[in-house]
Amino acid sequence: MNRGKINSKIIIHVVLIIGSFIMVLPFLWMFLTSVKTLSESMQMPPIIIPKSFRWQNYVDVWNLLPFAKFYINTFAMVFFRIVFAIVFSSMAAYAFARIKFPGRDMLFMIVLIQMMIPSQLFVIPQYLLVSKLGWLNTIKALVVPGFVSAFGTFLLRQFFLTLPSELEEAAILDGCNRWQIYWKIAMPLAKSGMAALGIFTALFAWKDLMWPMVVNMSIEKMPLSAGLASLQGQYSTNYPQLMAGSLYAIIPMIILFIIFQKQFIQGIATTGSKS
Amino acid sequence: MSKLSNNKVADYAWGYFMIAPTIIGLIILNVWPLIQTAYLSLCKFTGFDQPKFIGLGNFIKLFHDKEVIQAVYNTLAYTVIAVPIGVLLSLIIAVLLNSNIKGKTVYRTLYFLPVVSTPAAVAMVWKWLMNYDYGLINYVLSKIGIHGPNWISDPHFVLASLIIVGIWSSLGYNMVILLAGLQEIPTTYYEAASIDGAGAVKKFFSITIPMVSPTLFFVVITTMISSLQVFDLIFMMIGTSNPALPNVQSLVFLFYKYSFMIYNKGYGSAIAILLFIIIMIFTLIQLKYQKKWVHYE
Repeated sequence: MNRGKINSKIIIHVVLIIGSFIMVLPFLWMFLTSVKTLSESMQMPPIIIPKSFRWQNYVDVWNLLPFAKFYINTFAMVFFRIVFAIVFSSMAAYAFARIKFPGRDMLFMIVLIQMMIPSQLFVIPQYLLVSKLGWLNTIKALVVPGFVSAFGTFLLRQFFLTLPSELEEAAILDGCNRWQIYWKIAMPLAKSGMAALGIFTALFAWKDLMWPMVVNMSIEKMPLSAGLASLQGQYSTNYPQLMAGSLYAIIPMIILFIIFQKQFIQGIATTGSKS
Repeated sequence: MSKLSNNKVADYAWGYFMIAPTIIGLIILNVWPLIQTAYLSLCKFTGFDQPKFIGLGNFIKLFHDKEVIQAVYNTLAYTVIAVPIGVLLSLIIAVLLNSNIKGKTVYRTLYFLPVVSTPAAVAMVWKWLMNYDYGLINYVLSKIGIHGPNWISDPHFVLASLIIVGIWSSLGYNMVILLAGLQEIPTTYYEAASIDGAGAVKKFFSITIPMVSPTLFFVVITTMISSLQVFDLIFMMIGTSNPALPNVQSLVFLFYKYSFMIYNKGYGSAIAILLFIIIMIFTLIQLKYQKKWVHYE
């Protein structure tokens, strides 16, 4: 290898390391602040690493707000949204991709319209609907906007479109009906699509802030995102506790990401290339 | 094939059956709400009583409302600055990661961390980093002789602060999409260019950019649409009681404020419609302009 190439590699690493540092620093600072006492956190010059780690902040913030409930609510919301997204979207996606029926293209327009319109245009009527059903401050309210997924239908349709039609023809000759083809042939072949959809649904639900704040004002029924907002509203100056609470809210997703890293990256890359 | 056409009726039935949950759900949760929002934007409606039709009243008020005009300006300024810088930085990182270096996966993981983090948490730590008195950023600046500004509550800096955090949050997401696009470019193109004596810069502009342009276009459109809808970071980082809020509040923030904080859902609906129109205009401009720079194979 010549000298120019080695030099350029060093430059690339230096740039990437500086960038990585900027990406990671806020997380590091979040952790370091979360183990300081309140007075340590407000010293100038700042204490980088406190003499002893004050884990008590994690206990205090856990007792301050019902974090256990936040977790349960968040997991329930994510779980049901994933189930709905995968079951209903895959059925619709298969039909849109592989079955010819009158009005198919017109009905598919409804899916596209939903994807193109900003969600704020749905929020007030969805809120009124949830309120009329008496579902405010329930887990059901958190799940409602995820009952159907236009994005999921669109994404999985792309997967099903690429299936070779010979497979289906052979299955039909064997006497399979459409449901059996969908369930036994198409679904197993679209596993990576399902994984991508599941990840997207989880990520989107996890990060959503406005909808939970709108429908679930009761602290017992909030997911982590809205819970954090109320934590900040009530205890806005105790940064060690706020940072401990923030870490509670991000750690499960970071663990999931590290475990399913390949699926995350592939899933997101897919949406770019399948456009 | 004949067997296929014999089953036409059964196919129709299965088709309708399989799309039914999704289509019914979309009609209840999206199509009908869309019509309702359009109607409510023409009404006086608090959410507690019956909507009262008032024609274009909300929209007339909208165009004379200084707060709304400022919010439109903030939203556009945020988008026009954050999108190009954010996409360019993501592209640079993606190109660097696409070169033949060690530790790619580690870098990719680190850059991706903000994407899997709740914006609520991200906003809080940045608020702390940018704290005027005790923030790490102002401390580091003071070490090099700069008196750091009040990032969060100085009207001159608050938008810039929001842009920094917005870019930081979305960089990894765009980088992953662009990296996938870059990896699809056949290496033979670069080899051929090397034989012709093209340098790195020439290769970047005559191979990389045109070849990755469809992905780049996708990234620009999606980042633009989500930037026009910025909300979480403003709500969590800037906060409702901040004196600099008017200099940073976006249309979606105003939508939330009118609809769910001061219960003027008619006006909130009108703001949502205005936002929709702005997003449509931006998207159409992009779609029209794309012919000039996006190369589809």
